[in-house]
Amino acid sequence: MDAIEATRLKKKFGTCTAVDDVSITVPEGSIFGFLGPNGAGKTTTIRMLTGVLIPDAGTVRIFGMDVARDPLTAKMKMGVIPENGTVYSDLSARQNILLTAKFFGMGRITREERADEILERLGLSDRRDDLVRTFSKGMRQRISIACAIIHAPPLLILDEPTTGLDVYSRRLVIETVRHMNREGSTVLLTTHNIEEANALCSVISVINHGKIVATESPENLKKTFDTSRYVEIAFNQPVEPSYFSASGIMRAESWGDKWRVYTDDPDRAVKYLATLAEREHLMIVSIATSNPTLEEAFVKLTAGT
Amino acid sequence: MDWHLFIQSIVVTTEKNMRIYYFKGPVVVFGLLFPLIMFLTFFIGRDLDLVLFFPGFLAMMLFFTASSVGPLITPWEKREKTYERLLTLPVILESIVIGDILAGAIFGIAISILVFVVCTMVLAIPVTNSLLLLLAFVLGAVTFAALGTLLASPTADNPSNIMMLSSLVRLPLMFISGIFIPLSQLSGWFFMFTSLSPLTYLVDLFHASLNGDAVYPPWVDILVLLLVTLVFVWLAKIIQRWNLVKGI
Repeated sequence: MDAIEATRLKKKFGTCTAVDDVSITVPEGSIFGFLGPNGAGKTTTIRMLTGVLIPDAGTVRIFGMDVARDPLTAKMKMGVIPENGTVYSDLSARQNILLTAKFFGMGRITREERADEILERLGLSDRRDDLVRTFSKGMRQRISIACAIIHAPPLLILDEPTTGLDVYSRRLVIETVRHMNREGSTVLLTTHNIEEANALCSVISVINHGKIVATESPENLKKTFDTSRYVEIAFNQPVEPSYFSASGIMRAESWGDKWRVYTDDPDRAVKYLATLAEREHLMIVSIATSNPTLEEAFVKLTAGT
Repeated sequence: MDWHLFIQSIVVTTEKNMRIYYFKGPVVVFGLLFPLIMFLTFFIGRDLDLVLFFPGFLAMMLFFTASSVGPLITPWEKREKTYERLLTLPVILESIVIGDILAGAIFGIAISILVFVVCTMVLAIPVTNSLLLLLAFVLGAVTFAALGTLLASPTADNPSNIMMLSSLVRLPLMFISGIFIPLSQLSGWFFMFTSLSPLTYLVDLFHASLNGDAVYPPWVDILVLLLVTLVFVWLAKIIQRWNLVKGI
């Protein structure tokens, strides 16, 4: 059975169509990435999937249960970290987790044991009785995650869970996502971090202007845009962009102290660059070729945004 | 509908509200201090029969305490961005509305009964019908807690705006409900005017259960308060559902 089956979701705000005929199927056990530029409709879609927003049209089923018809049972199967939601700052870290556990009907002993276990895993044991209002953003997000996983949900939905977090908190979030997936949870996450999606997700949907423009595995998405390979080269001195005007080179971008030379034939491009260096008396400091990236696929899919 | 889950969601929502919102500044000011100050302003230093006016004072106390929690909860949660997280938990709109009403009602009943007990130690307050008195406490608390929740329903993430709106609605009601002039002493158009306020029927119910000098039969007071409660709950649900559709 699919964890999420959303069919033909539509949502308009005034004259703006935020989500237009979006259908998503998230297979059970997968980590499903939902990518798109700002304003593409990711959060609106997530809000409809989680019952926060009522769609204008379409249906959402969570493990076969219709969110509109049986919201309580459907929500019991979800753990959600909303982009625009946070935990209660007037409660302590532990109180927040225990309160959430009560919403899921967990018994006192089970919820206390599990809360302590999760606080330990997320590195917050020593702050468990401190009010959340004294916490940093990263720590609040960890409490938010703790609340989302307290009941070991079969489906975990995370909307931009790592945005604005420090490296340590980000790693904890990613590790928790992997851990929950290993434990059997299906994961749906939206992210701006394409490499994060590449590393975590087995399937990715790209949304743009409220419509799904691609749904593939990361490797298949990259293959779709196989022309987007590049050579990264650094010279010992600055060079003009015009140096890269040659057949087989699609474009060149300044990339810090390096240049990224996009090409559909890396072999030809490398040979040209070596000749160029020889001719212009440049020293090549470093050179590397790259396989097509998910970022490039994303940029192409959402071009014109 | 899974009724077990539904009741569980109401109970936990109520507990959450009681734990977080009972001691917030606006609740203490508008729910406790304000009715006490109004009482002191109007009754102390004047040669008034406190026993005669006690039902009105008790109704005013219950009215303000019960209706002071509801207006704070949703705007506060929207401002703090906890509302969206709450909606993702196993709750439905009805659980949130009923949980907010119960939190306000329990606050109103607890404070008003405390005030009643303290006053009975100081004044020789008669109790004509104790069952009716208990019903008045419960029904009045639920009715005006529902009013508080209704007042919080319009789109706002600024609690002070909603508290201002609630004062605009609650203060005029206080003056047209037979609190400061007993209903039995009113006549003509002014009496007709008081019949438009739901608070009038709570004041009258307290008169019936304490002094035994009610103007309306108790069943009329009870029926009106029940109907008004249903209207308040229905309107709160309609407005909050509209907010969910609009995403606000």
